[in-house]
Amino acid sequence: MHSADNPLVSHSRKPASLVVVWTIARRAAGALLESALALVPIVLVIAFFQLIVLRQSVPNMGQMLWGGGLVLTGLALFVLGLQMALFPIGEEMAHSFVRKGKLWWLLAFAFALGFGTTVAEPALIAISEEAARVAASGRVIEDSSEARGSYAIGLRLTVALAVGFALVVGVFRTLKGWPVHYVVIVGYGCVVVMTFFAPPDIIGIAFDSGGVTTSTVTVPLVAALGIGLANTIHGRDPLIDGFGLIALASLTPIVFVMAYGMLY
Amino acid sequence: MDGLVGFGFTLMAMLRDIVPIAAVLFGFQVLVLRRPINNPARVAMGMIFVLFGLALFLEGLQMALFPLGRLMAEQLTSPDFIHGSGAGTSEQLDWLDYRWVYAFAAAIGFATTVAEPALLAVAIKASEVSGGTITVGGLRVAVGLGVAVGVALGVFRIVTGTPLHWYIIAGYVAVMIQTAFAPRLIIPLAYDSGGVTTSTVTVPLVAALGLGLAETIPGRSPMLDGFGLIAFASLFPIMAVMGYAQLVEWQARRWARNN
Repeated sequence: MHSADNPLVSHSRKPASLVVVWTIARRAAGALLESALALVPIVLVIAFFQLIVLRQSVPNMGQMLWGGGLVLTGLALFVLGLQMALFPIGEEMAHSFVRKGKLWWLLAFAFALGFGTTVAEPALIAISEEAARVAASGRVIEDSSEARGSYAIGLRLTVALAVGFALVVGVFRTLKGWPVHYVVIVGYGCVVVMTFFAPPDIIGIAFDSGGVTTSTVTVPLVAALGIGLANTIHGRDPLIDGFGLIALASLTPIVFVMAYGMLY
Repeated sequence: MDGLVGFGFTLMAMLRDIVPIAAVLFGFQVLVLRRPINNPARVAMGMIFVLFGLALFLEGLQMALFPLGRLMAEQLTSPDFIHGSGAGTSEQLDWLDYRWVYAFAAAIGFATTVAEPALLAVAIKASEVSGGTITVGGLRVAVGLGVAVGVALGVFRIVTGTPLHWYIIAGYVAVMIQTAFAPRLIIPLAYDSGGVTTSTVTVPLVAALGLGLAETIPGRSPMLDGFGLIAFASLFPIMAVMGYAQLVEWQARRWARNN
């Protein structure tokens, strides 16, 4: 501290780097504590049902402990990375788009983010292959690997389009300041009406595809983007206008997948 | 050595997830915004933390939680266990004989949701934005309770074999009614918390429970009945979060009246 003000002292960076190390260490301890607390309920539930209800011992204690340690470290690292990278990037990009007045580009970015992060999502790939198998056994499509493959890819593209569309609508909503529940009511209306016309086989898959689209990396980015927008635009409240993007991204796939099932 | 190879695969899978996201971010930053990222070293470090963190997290879950959780779901839904705890050896099973399954569904739904990283991220952001009025723990407990009720009701639906869409439509109506009365500030966050509950930790265990039930109960198809649980798990948190906010508001009003 005494030497930091003097530019002539060559090792003047040392105190600054010590401060950085200290901050990181303190944050790391906080993140570890946070993730330990998050894991307490799982341990209790597993222990209760395993020992008291099923009356069995816990197998492979060593492996369980090692796995638990990995989960704990992983969650703590994720929380640190969240605050170092995902949150600042999302907010910063929202600021820059608005400041530079590139609103069309902002909508294009929202679409690319939704489409790009969803189309390669492993959970979605698994679900669309499952759906193709159901469709083939229900004689909706021909039972050949070619027909199943094209059905599965079509479904994946449909869900990715739906998420891209949702983020475009959601960002537009934030820009305009519309209340989120108006948009959601319209979406619910579509879901309810379409449930009566869509083939029954597709309904369960449609509802599930709404749940799998929002991955663990996308969620923090999208939340930060929305809040960044609401903070930058005058007259928007981050709580009211910043949240809501994720809700739309898990609603539109239901509608789009049911439409896909009806058109196919 | 095996563990190291497994971790390598998980890391590659995570990398495949992150590459398209990074490409979109980087592409727009460089080509459209034409602005250097603030503090690039810190951001790069953070990305590496996210990548390794999620890979370790998944690896640990696959090692410790998923096998045991799936085994427990299987054992609790197996006819042997349910007959043993039910009314003697009668073949006719009543929906009440599944009481331990409901309890397990609710407990595991709550516990996995509280540990869900995406929900943690949203809770951190919400507490930051609300200036601490919404706490990180409070939001997660509310969402976890919602998932607990949702999954238990979803199990009840599979056991009784009633159609999924009636529950969903009734849920939508309840959400709409609550929206009209809930504090305006909480509504978008409540809707969002429906979407984030179902990811890395919750889905594999809840799906295993649903499929296990659909396989052991006569007359249920795993394809048609095994799927609906996730829909329940993303609908009920919306009600729970709005309900929590209504409760807090009601208490504050009562406190203000009494003083």
